[in-house]
Amino acid sequence: MYTGRDEVHIRALEHLDEGKDVPDCLNGAALYHCGPIMKQDDDGKWSVVAAGPTTSARMNALEPRFIREFKIRAIIGKGGMSKEVAEAMKEVGCVYLAATGGVAVSYAEGLSKVTGCDWLDLGMPEALWHFQTSSLGPLVVAIDSEGNSLYETVRQKVAENLSKQ
Amino acid sequence: MVVKLPEPREKVIENLLRLANTKLPADIGWALEAAAGWETNPTAASQLGAIMENVRKAELLAKPMCQDTGIPIFYVRGKFDSTIAEDIAQAVKNCTKAIPMRPNTVDPIIRVNYGNNLGDGMPCIHFIPTNDDFTEIAVMLKGAGSENMTKLKMLNPSDGMEGVKKFIIDSVIEAGGRPCPPGIVGVGIGGTADECVAMAKRALLEPLDMEDPDADIQALEEELFVKINQSGLGPMGLGGDTTVLGVKVRKSACHTASLPVAVNIGCWATRRACARITDTDVFYSQGVRL
Repeated sequence: MYTGRDEVHIRALEHLDEGKDVPDCLNGAALYHCGPIMKQDDDGKWSVVAAGPTTSARMNALEPRFIREFKIRAIIGKGGMSKEVAEAMKEVGCVYLAATGGVAVSYAEGLSKVTGCDWLDLGMPEALWHFQTSSLGPLVVAIDSEGNSLYETVRQKVAENLSKQ
Repeated sequence: MVVKLPEPREKVIENLLRLANTKLPADIGWALEAAAGWETNPTAASQLGAIMENVRKAELLAKPMCQDTGIPIFYVRGKFDSTIAEDIAQAVKNCTKAIPMRPNTVDPIIRVNYGNNLGDGMPCIHFIPTNDDFTEIAVMLKGAGSENMTKLKMLNPSDGMEGVKKFIIDSVIEAGGRPCPPGIVGVGIGGTADECVAMAKRALLEPLDMEDPDADIQALEEELFVKINQSGLGPMGLGGDTTVLGVKVRKSACHTASLPVAVNIGCWATRRACARITDTDVFYSQGVRL
């Protein structure tokens, strides 16, 4: 699993446009919208302290192209994404898994190993961290690979409930 | 909790940052437990369960409950001088490494990370001088997920309280799952534009079980609490009975031609800590009405 938020999206797409290298790991990746707290020991080895999801909607504008270019298979985040993103997900066969916001210690436990990092110059939250995962959760399939969105269902229900008030 | 002095002021501020990061205020913990008790939606119940489990782990392991350790916003009340700003800055820098807190501050234009949670205009401190013989320092850690949902609207006086309520409810619903509900809705009504937003945020510092002295405000808070929860938006916007744990409203006099209203949402992890420093003791708590 690889983390990527605002700056990873911006740089990866810029690099594609400019014909520069983009880390291979993004191809077919499970992308975690997350800016973790990482700790480096005296030997330079990184470990994860806290790693809950960030707000996915910030990436709405760049995500459709990102998904198509890198054939992203799963996105883990919070708050859901736009219809345009769901369209791209449908084309590529990608699911959106909603992680519980703020549950950073539990998700950090599910990221069992730090296997690498690219673009650390973007700063700790924005870097592209590589993780091995085991029992990461809870995760709710909130947008499936056919474009069905739990957020959309809830939104309609909310509008209905509010109209009764 | 009471600690006997001498405890250097910088150390007190470090204690506040550690406390706020690792221990959820008791009033929010109780509200979450109550919510888990009444929640009927299984997805929502799973979200609340995950939150409560994470809160327990964070406290036990002394780790930040959320990776977004936010921008620490400080409030200093009572007697103080300008050196307190230096102590706060030093404590923020030390805690960024020691707790650790995520280095969050960047230059807004070139987006380069300062690496220490400081930088131009930081740390963010509000000063409230009074004639008291104590110094009170409060900190709230404000993550971007909730802060980015902040709204201010300069309504027309003719919009009235109906307009105010509609704006507040719409703001919370539009924010959806982004500010990590169920949290606290901080509301400012009146004042000037800047004061209105400041009130909305200051309202979040207040414990949920503290009642507003004004009966009209109490009634408004109750009405908004019920209506927003009846929406069914639910924890993380995934549906359910629990969208907010509390609504806190503050008001201030305003211009006869204005009706400012501001919404500043606190996520479920509305992390706060306060210390009142007297000549002999430090009293720690996790909520204060300012």
